[in-house]
Amino acid sequence: MSESLSRTESELRVMILGIGNLLWADEGFGIRVVETLHERYRFPANVELMDGGTQGIYLVQHVQRCDLLLVFDAIDYGLEPGAMKVIHGDDVPKFMGAKKMSLHQTGFQEVLAMAEFTGDYPQHLMLIGVQPVELEDFGGSLRPAVQAQVDPAIRIALDYLDSFGIHPQKRDQPLPPQEQLAPSELQQRRYEEGRPSEDQACRRGDERFLNQTAVKESSN
Amino acid sequence: MNTPMNASDLDNSGRRIVVDPVTRIEGHMRCEVNVDDNNVIRNAVSTGTMWRGLEVILKGRDPRDAWAFVERICGVCTGTHALTSVRAVEDALGIQIPLNAHLIRHLMDKTLQVHDHIVHFYHLHALDWVNPVNALKADPVGTSDLQKMVSPHHPKSSPGYFKDVQTRLKKFVETGQLGLFSNGYWDNPAYKLPPEADLMAVAHYLEALDLQKDIVKIHTIFGGKNPHPNFMVGGVACAINIDGVGASGAPVNMTSLNFVLQRIQEAQAFTKNVYLPDVLAVAGIYKDWLHGGGLASQNVLSYGTYQKVPYDKSSELLPAGAIVNGNWNEVHEVDVRDPEQIKEFVDHSWYTYEGDKQGLHPWDGETAPKFELGPNTVGSRTDIKEIDESAKYSWIKAPRWKGHAMEVGPLARYIVAYVSGKEYVQEQVDRSLSAFNQNTGLGLGLKQFLPSTLGRTLARALECELCVDTMLDDWHQLVGNIKNGDSSTANVEKWDPASWPKEAMGVGTNEAPRGALGHWIKIKDGKIENYQAIVPTTWNGSPRDAEGNIGAFEAALMNTPMERPDEPVEILRTLHSFDPCLACSTHVMSADGQELTKVKIR
Repeated sequence: MSESLSRTESELRVMILGIGNLLWADEGFGIRVVETLHERYRFPANVELMDGGTQGIYLVQHVQRCDLLLVFDAIDYGLEPGAMKVIHGDDVPKFMGAKKMSLHQTGFQEVLAMAEFTGDYPQHLMLIGVQPVELEDFGGSLRPAVQAQVDPAIRIALDYLDSFGIHPQKRDQPLPPQEQLAPSELQQRRYEEGRPSEDQACRRGDERFLNQTAVKESSN
Repeated sequence: MNTPMNASDLDNSGRRIVVDPVTRIEGHMRCEVNVDDNNVIRNAVSTGTMWRGLEVILKGRDPRDAWAFVERICGVCTGTHALTSVRAVEDALGIQIPLNAHLIRHLMDKTLQVHDHIVHFYHLHALDWVNPVNALKADPVGTSDLQKMVSPHHPKSSPGYFKDVQTRLKKFVETGQLGLFSNGYWDNPAYKLPPEADLMAVAHYLEALDLQKDIVKIHTIFGGKNPHPNFMVGGVACAINIDGVGASGAPVNMTSLNFVLQRIQEAQAFTKNVYLPDVLAVAGIYKDWLHGGGLASQNVLSYGTYQKVPYDKSSELLPAGAIVNGNWNEVHEVDVRDPEQIKEFVDHSWYTYEGDKQGLHPWDGETAPKFELGPNTVGSRTDIKEIDESAKYSWIKAPRWKGHAMEVGPLARYIVAYVSGKEYVQEQVDRSLSAFNQNTGLGLGLKQFLPSTLGRTLARALECELCVDTMLDDWHQLVGNIKNGDSSTANVEKWDPASWPKEAMGVGTNEAPRGALGHWIKIKDGKIENYQAIVPTTWNGSPRDAEGNIGAFEAALMNTPMERPDEPVEILRTLHSFDPCLACSTHVMSADGQELTKVKIR
């Protein structure tokens, strides 16, 4: 890493975190964005990129030790499928708790609350989320409308970081496998190409059921 | 009263209570119970509300890659699926790993166990016993006295320290951000701790949060990546260069090994000075709450773990074995390959088997969903108000050992180890029981105390102690072996698929934090032909089988009195004592809009 890259104007400790489950189609959005960002850019030493998966409360120490937290995730905002939404500051935990579709969202809202309880909470917090098209596709990858938001999400992130004086450099050499965030077995192209056919392996369960919103309305 | 173990012994005539979702667990789960006129639970129905497709994503893939996929099923047991997966592949291909790899895998696996148990107790389970709002009323001087009494060796015990924690808690509660504590029933009389003890527990909640972030660094040393460590068929993914330099990412050297040693020692001090005393203190105050034993006194299963001598099952610290029908005098041998021992049934699960097959051994397992509801369902297909447990009612299959529903997990491991004569475990259990009896003035026997919700929680803490103690042994053995000139960490003789047979089958097992875990694999032409996993929560959370045998969750809720049926403190307490993880036993199927737990009485 060159000398110019190891220093920035800002001494902020920055965490760029992708969360979600890459095994469930658009649930993998956050992971794939961070993966792509890391493949394309070299960041200064005060910036850490992390594939947080569905680690839930186990991510708390990473939230505690950063000043600026940038999260990529697939979240249901009730928008058009594929729509992107950017949320800042105190709105982030609210949004992550308002509508939960997946396992890690409960976890991440709790992570933020835990960090706050310990007194180590990021000063700057931004969530770049996308409305998923499809989740019920076990072993699937991003749908085209969600895939198409990877580049725009990266642009928003880079602009945001730029406003803090953080300027990553484009890689001139491909990222070596051992430096990838996730094992290369899960790298997006390999993941997609190795997928078994649908008649070989059933990809989805049955219709959704156990609708909790309806449960709360009823009493007999 | 004996624990009912069969649907025919249950009474579903009383009021029905629905808890959906069950909170502070991984994954999605629903629980329905019927209570009698005295608010005692007389029927329990546990439903996994997610469908899991683990098996289907692996077909046709390279067996050497499987660990990376299974590691993503669920975030909390990161390493355990990966470890079990590489063991299954190694078993199929006849690969034996070097001693260093064996020891490093143990260190990583025990790290997971310690981490998971501590986080479970303080961050997921404690709120079933501890009332953080009540802690605001505590006198910090009283808490300090209490701390010095329950754990004289713990340095953080001054009144000022507890005053600070209380101030922080007050500030947090006043911001209205009750996020962490919002699902509580804080005026429920089921909470019995005095405010001083509640405050001590809140302080330890924070201390545990601090500790857990350090202990996981062991995974980064040996597994390279954080938070998803690397695994490898044939060994471990790290190299050893004992005199080398560099921190994480570099080959393992004496600097990083010393770092590991320090983390083990810290975890050991915390476990002995904080975790274990806390569990015993809680047990002492809840001494009358000996509910929740369920299957534990009757049927328990362990695949065995932590071999002192690689590939020698008789050297396991926590041995394999099955106990059935409450006969603690006989431990049955467990063979995970025997098609007659372990079978999964789907009579009450939303799956179907081809033709008229009954139970299937995992090597021949099938994962084809079939969602249908019984005639007595109240509500509709997408809006179930009351489930019909006489028909299919869960996305979890029903695994059985020789036809018996079994409890798995730390308590099961500890019962099997105790009755198998493992002295370390016997000493731990006897010491804890005698402390409990001394604190409470009770004279309970082992079988009265251990198979209970509290016993389950205690077994987890004891296992944490076993892990930190024996991690030191593993560490010394590893360092000794390296210093003797052995730096081998992988056996790559059979890395090349050209060296594999045309067809092979194998099984990998582990005792995961939540219990017995097995992965069964069939390999054909270098690719995965079939892959089935039975995870701990599949055993514990299983629905009924064709014979009406009920699973461990359901059995454990039986005969439990509830203070207030619309506030399921007691249900959560017992379910949480299993540390349920529905994420890997099932796959998300619930619709959106899920809010906080809804409890309905019908």
